[in-house]
Amino acid sequence: MARRKFEAIGSTADIAFLLLCYFLMTTTMGDQSGLQRRLPPIPDEKQAQDQKVNRRNIIIVRINSADKLFAGSEAMDISFLKEKIKEFLTNPTNDPNLPEKEAKEIEGKTYMVSKGVISLQNDRGTSYQAYIAVQNELVKAVNELRDEFSRANFGKKFSRLTEDEQEIVKKAVPQNISEAEPKDTGKK
Amino acid sequence: MSKFGSSSNKKEVPQASSNSLSDIVFMLLFFFMVTTQMRETENKVKVVMPEASEVAKLERKDLSANINIGSPTLQYQAMYGTDARIQLNDSFKTVADIRDFIAAERDAMSEAERSLMTVNLRVDQDVRMGIVSDVKQELRRCSALKIMYAARKPAKD
Repeated sequence: MARRKFEAIGSTADIAFLLLCYFLMTTTMGDQSGLQRRLPPIPDEKQAQDQKVNRRNIIIVRINSADKLFAGSEAMDISFLKEKIKEFLTNPTNDPNLPEKEAKEIEGKTYMVSKGVISLQNDRGTSYQAYIAVQNELVKAVNELRDEFSRANFGKKFSRLTEDEQEIVKKAVPQNISEAEPKDTGKK
Repeated sequence: MSKFGSSSNKKEVPQASSNSLSDIVFMLLFFFMVTTQMRETENKVKVVMPEASEVAKLERKDLSANINIGSPTLQYQAMYGTDARIQLNDSFKTVADIRDFIAAERDAMSEAERSLMTVNLRVDQDVRMGIVSDVKQELRRCSALKIMYAARKPAKD
């Protein structure tokens, strides 16, 4: 009697194994992660004139077709890009060549918000790997600034804040990365 | 001492119960069912995603439309060459087909969720930016502005 009971359970395990194998074969691990961005809408002609940004508020990051990086006007290695962007966005010495700051009231408190915009340009020949590496550095710079801001104002890391607080930090340290219209400078 | 090894003890050693085996297997099964997703389409282009440390997870997988860009896999190279191509759903397409693709994806969603649609750009790391820029421009024209550059987290050392 006891023997028969074991046999019945043995077959359920087999069936479960089969199902398991089936799922192992037909599925992929959820690897849907990446860098999220918002593309600018196609501008109307009227808007295009309004969107003139003060020169000091913009930094042009260019990657040419040989994957060489230029930030501002100088050639630069990718390992220095993060610090350059952080300096650009914080403007600690109130340098007149770096972006202006604007006092903004967010949720009843006033913060100094940088007006800086990072303009990312690339050639048609730039490799996607280099492009993503630069995007990643830009995001990293902003994330580190948000962390610093969170520590200074809330005493916690950005990821530990509540959602409302995260919204405040996001407004105070905006991620202004503009992906410019592609320019046909490189070889196709 | 007499309990072990003595021939006078006629009690058999009880057989290890296999009752829990099916439970364990079922638990594994559920783990895989929850953590994996169905492979929807066959990959016709090779996509090795670039590494990026600052990746964020996509919250709503069901609200994403995938665009694959890469060079065709070996079996399609005779027909399509090795130049980077766009794959939408199950077939090779051109930039001009993106508009219809986005419209079809939008139609499949409920009205309230359409604005939350994210276009997931799965691009091979060796692809040149030219084709990616073309796709981005086309997406702007379709006003599908939320995009994600698919990337993988680098292995920690």
